[in-house]
Parts: sequence; C-alpha cells; structure tokens
Amino acid sequence: MIQRMSDLKFGSAFEYAPAPESTPVKLKKQYELFIDGEFRAPSGGKYFGSVNPAAGKRHARIAKAEPADVDAAIQSARNAYSKVWSKMAPSERGKYLFRIARIIQEKARELAILESMDGGKPIKESRDVDVPLVAAHFFYYAGWADKLDYAFPGRSPKPVGVAGQVIPWNFPLLMAAWKIAPALACGNTVVLKPAETTSVTAMHLAEIFQEAGLPDGVVNIVTGAGDTGEYLVGHDGIDKVAFTGSTSVGRRIAETVAGAGKKLTLELGGKAANIVFDDAPIEQAVEGVINGIYFNQGHVCCAGSRLLVQESIHDDFVARLERRIETLRVGDPLDKNTDIGAINSKEQLGRITSLIGSGIDEGATLHESSCPLPDSGYWCRPSFFTNVSSSHRIAREEIFGPVLSVLTFRTPAEAVSRANDTCYGLSAGIWTDKGSKIFQIADQIQAGVIWANTFNKFDPTSPFGGYLESGFGREGGMHGLMPYVQI
Amino acid sequence: MATFPLQQPVPLVDQVGVDERAAKFTKRSIKNEAKAVGLKMAVSMMDLTTLEGADSKGKVTHLCRKALRPMADRYDCPPCAAVCVYPNLVAHAVSELKGTGIPVASVATGFPSGQYPLDLRIADVRDAVSSGAEEIDMVISRGRFLEGELNEVFDEIAATKEACGKAHLKVIFETGELQTYDNVRLVSQMAIEAGADFIKTSTGKVSPAATLPVTLVMVETARDHFLATGKKIGVKPAGGLRTAKQALQFLVMVKETVGEDWLTPELFRFGASSLLSDVELQLAKLVDGNYQSAKYFSKG
Repeated sequence: MIQRMSDLKFGSAFEYAPAPESTPVKLKKQYELFIDGEFRAPSGGKYFGSVNPAAGKRHARIAKAEPADVDAAIQSARNAYSKVWSKMAPSERGKYLFRIARIIQEKARELAILESMDGGKPIKESRDVDVPLVAAHFFYYAGWADKLDYAFPGRSPKPVGVAGQVIPWNFPLLMAAWKIAPALACGNTVVLKPAETTSVTAMHLAEIFQEAGLPDGVVNIVTGAGDTGEYLVGHDGIDKVAFTGSTSVGRRIAETVAGAGKKLTLELGGKAANIVFDDAPIEQAVEGVINGIYFNQGHVCCAGSRLLVQESIHDDFVARLERRIETLRVGDPLDKNTDIGAINSKEQLGRITSLIGSGIDEGATLHESSCPLPDSGYWCRPSFFTNVSSSHRIAREEIFGPVLSVLTFRTPAEAVSRANDTCYGLSAGIWTDKGSKIFQIADQIQAGVIWANTFNKFDPTSPFGGYLESGFGREGGMHGLMPYVQI
Repeated sequence: MATFPLQQPVPLVDQVGVDERAAKFTKRSIKNEAKAVGLKMAVSMMDLTTLEGADSKGKVTHLCRKALRPMADRYDCPPCAAVCVYPNLVAHAVSELKGTGIPVASVATGFPSGQYPLDLRIADVRDAVSSGAEEIDMVISRGRFLEGELNEVFDEIAATKEACGKAHLKVIFETGELQTYDNVRLVSQMAIEAGADFIKTSTGKVSPAATLPVTLVMVETARDHFLATGKKIGVKPAGGLRTAKQALQFLVMVKETVGEDWLTPELFRFGASSLLSDVELQLAKLVDGNYQSAKYFSKG
C-alpha cells in the first residue's frame, strides 16, 4: 500500500500561538534626506509614502530628493572625500567602521524589526540573517582599511573618489552594508540611493553613522524613485557607480555610464539552477531547495528558482516538496514563527501573479501550499511548477517570488547544459553525495557562486557576483575591494 | 519472520543538512496555549524511567505513583505514558500500577551494553514479559553492527520481537555509539523491517543521547516507511532530555516532519527521568502566572 502525502496531516493539533516580536520600536512619521551629516528636508518639499506590505497601508513618509538635493549630496561627498576621508590614516577609517559595526550589533533587534515592518520579510530572517550579516560586513571591511597594501601587494592602492550607489528593496540594510563598507574602507565617500519601497532602515543606518561620529558627508543618503537614481548615476560628480537590481535597469545604467570614465559594478538578476542528482542526500536536498527558493519570499537575486532534478527521482522529490510546503507558515512578518512574509509591494505581487498565470497558460502544473493568507496586504502562497520545459517563460524569466520551476534531466551532461541554458549566471546549487561529481559539475557551470549540498549561504569573506546578464564585478571578500581602489 | 536484505531504500544523509534543519525547529516560539498543550502532551508521552543499580521496590513505588498523578489536580496534567524499569522490578511495578491503565516497560536483552549471548538476552525478554511487562526496550549489538554484521543484528531484533509476544518492542540503537546519521538511518530501517514497534535513540548511559537531529533522522525514517507501506512506527528519544523547552522542540520537529498523527503516546515517547520536573515547573507557571520553588513539586 503506497500512502499519499495527504495521509500525513499538518493541521491544527498543537497549533502555535501567535508569537509577535515584542521589542517596542516606532517608525518615524517622516524621514528626511541625509546630506552632509544632517537630516534635511527635500528642496522640493515633496514626500512619498512607504507602505507596510503586510498591511497594504502607508506607514511613513519619505523625502523625495530633487536634482538639487542630489547635487548637494554629491558636493558634500566630494568635500568629505578630498578634505577628510581620503587623507585620514587608514587605521582611523577602520576605527569608524568598527564603531559602526558595534552600534549595529547593539541596535540589532530594533533594526531587524524595522526591516521586517518596512519590507515584509519574516523577523526570523531579518533577526538571524540580514542584521548579523550587516554587522559582519562592517567588521570585515573595517579590518581591511589599514591592510589594503597586503590585498594588492606592491601596487599602493588609492581610493577612487565619490561612489554613487543604488540598492534594491529585497535586502535593504544588507545591500547598503555591502555597498558602503568596502567603499569607506578604501577611502571613498558615498552617495547612496535606497529603493523607493524600502528607504526606512537606510535612514536609521544614517542615525548610526551620526552616532558613530562619522565625519560629515562621508555617507549621504538620498531617497526617491527611479529618476533620483538615474540622476545620481548620470552625474558628472561621481567617479564610481555600484548598482544592485534588475537587469533592465542595470543595462540602462551601463549605457549611461559608458564613456564617462566611471568605474562600474552591476549585480543583477538571476535564474539559478539547483541541480539534484539521484545520489543526493534527498531529504537535505529538499530542505536546500526550499531554502533556495522560499528564503525572503523568493526576493533573492541568487534564488534557486530552477530546480533541475534527475528524472529517476523526480516523482519522489516532488512528493517531498509538496509535503514540505504545507508546513511553511505564511503570515505576519513580525511573528517569530513566520517562514514566509509579505510580498514587498503591490507592483511586485502583480509581476509574480502574472508570471504564475503564464506558467499555467503554457501548460505547466502548479502546486500550491493550501495555507490561508491574511486578508489585507500583499501575499503569495509558496508554490512550484512541474511539467516545466526550458522554453517556458517561468523557466527563463526571473520571477523574484516564492515560485519554483521544476525541470528534469537524465545525465550529468544534460544537467550542465540545462543549468547553463539561461542568459543569467549568478548562482547555482549542486546536490550529490559524491565529492568528485561536485567538482566536475561546478567546473562546467557558468555562475558566480556555486553552492554544494547547501544554498543561500552568505559570508562577508566570500566574493559574490555574476556572469553574463547577472552583471559584473564582485562584492564581498578581498575581491570586493577592487571596485573601490585605483591600482 | 522478516528477512534481510531490506525491502525499502535507505537514502543517504548529509550531516550538515540534518543539523541545520534540526536547529531550525529550535527557533519556533511556543507560547501560551500552545505551550500548555505541548507540555501536557509531553507528560502524556513520557516513559518515566529509573535505571539505576540502586533501584529498589521502594524507589519504583515512588515512580509509579508519580507517573499516575504527576501534579496536583488543579493543573489538569495527564498521567505519564509508561513506567520503565529493569526486569527485576517489573513484577513490583505491575502490581503498583494494576488497574491504572499505565503499562510497565522493561529494558531487556542485556541492557545497556547488549554484550551477552543471544539466548541469555532472549531469556531476559521472556522473563520480563512473563513478569507482566507490556513494553520491551531492547538494545542492539552495536559492536556487531559496527563490524558490518547487519544480518546478525537484524536477526536478533526479529528474534526479540518473537520473544515479546504481545508486548510492544522498542529497539534502542545507542546512537551515541553508532555516531553517523547514515548509520542511524540504516539501523532505523533495519529495526522497522525486523519488527520494531518503536525505534529508540539511546539507553541514557552514553553521551550524546537523544539529540534533536538524530531523532529527526529516525522520524524521517518512520515517515518514509509509513508513506511506502502504510505502517506506523513510533519513535522514542531517550536520555539527555532535561528541559521542557527541549521537549517542545521535539514536538515541533515531529509535527512539522511527520504530521500530527504522530503527536500521540502511541507513536511518540520521551524516555526521561528528570524531564518531568522541569515540565511541571513550566506548566505551573502557565497556570499560576509565576514560577514556583521546585520544593512545591514532588520528586518521583
């Protein structure tokens, strides 16, 4: 007698009571621009709303930076660069970064809550992943500040100047840390533009810079929409552009920057293959696939959004996935038991929904968790498609949501060719108990990061970045210093 | 009698992945009503155990009374699942628990080492059963397993099952000695196919004993076996369980791995001697609103 997975019940016995994070944190009603070490009202006097995606309601007003504000921010960064930061002894720069890292640790709980309120990610992740990594990044690059000569032996590295940095909404604080920490460690100053939907925690980070006594103008933060970012990266006053976000915007930035003599790094989209061989530790592979696609609601550029599973174990694997998504808890991001929070914005939910629709239209089979969804706010059930072929839109386009596409392969060679059958090249996962196979396959896959028997592991010491349309340049590790030095 | 080789596949297990998964269960926050439900459930699944050389009838009497009525009535705490003793004390425990519905479990087969000839170990089982034990907790020959004599281990489990008659068989692996999760997965499948009603982590005499990851591997084995055959096998972590928080983490793991059908003493047990004290303390806190001195709770 073969039992179906529905013979296991994941219902209401021993139901977890709500466990809301209880630390009191208040959002401000209104957030200003951070220019030259102080918070300033925008010159145009305009503000836009920041929405709590778990409620679908506006919960703060964010300053809209006008070109004049961006000009002022760049001027302030230029002054700070030439008069203070580039001249400071590297060990002193390091001290500021260490101080920032320590304050982040002290305020970890508060930052995690704000991040979950503003972005919709589960508190479990902002508390255990985002914020600890933010602090770790500052600690790591603080250590490099006075050791750059050892990173580039015999080359006497010099800072680049003023960096214009534009970051996405999926890891607001963490992306700010990835951008700011190496820039500052190398002696550059920064104008940062957070994503329109997630500006709040960047402004709290600005308060931490103030508290750390960071000299005025070393970091400036201008909030706004796409046009603010566009004005920033096209500005003559900056020497270096760093962008993380979508491939389409990245392409526009590359066009803008071309020929302008600015250094450029782009960290863009992905459609990572998570390859599961029949000799994989199957239960752990299931966990890895789950973590690979549902972490942060799938709003992860390196998400393992294409599962390539060997045909011989396809049915078993799919049954295990179906069972597993039933135990994922979707709901209040501030509940400590929530596994999957809110979709970041209405717009993003629309994009995900439309791609799910395309999957159904093209004949793929949708498997969805049966979990209930809250009444208000933006939500998407964890789901995956089977019967997906590589020509389907859901196998080629980045969904950036909790939706996995399951494809099959027969041999290692086919696995490699399917994994590389994409215009992206950010990350990949390989699941097999055989060590030699891991190296054989990894050698042939074009991706910046390849995980073996694990997925979505991040560490400041490890470089991260893509091939092809996933961008260029590396962030993290010693490689992450390169975009911020002249050698 | 069932025979080796195994009917069901034994998947590979990645240690890092299992440890990581197990750690995630410990992040669940179990509060208020959920905590009360979980704690009472833990008591109802507890095999209250004493396995000391110094065990006497008097000690076993204390334990039996404790199992029957762990806390004052106002706490609405259920009785324990069973009382677990050495074979010599089975008859006494049975007489103490007569008419209560609480079964007596006995360790047997040369507990805790299992390093005795098979006929003596089987005689040990028959003796315990004839004294009235309704559950037998056997130990496998870990030495023979590590030597690769899987056939022999399989056969000894099957032979023990036969000697148990109507008594339920729990098979103790002593996972702290088998060490790798691959070994645990393999021996779990062997024991299930050889006739175990329950698979159990440890004797309590070796450290580490019942860790969350090791129990997770065993629960996954039970789940996969159920999905393949429809047969439900129980799992019993034993040894090293001391806090209510640990017990709740195990229940979370069971709930999210194999589903709520296993959240019953028929299919999940805790083998513990000191766990009950902490569960009592926590349960009383939920009812009374404040922690009380351990002096207010009787020892087993």
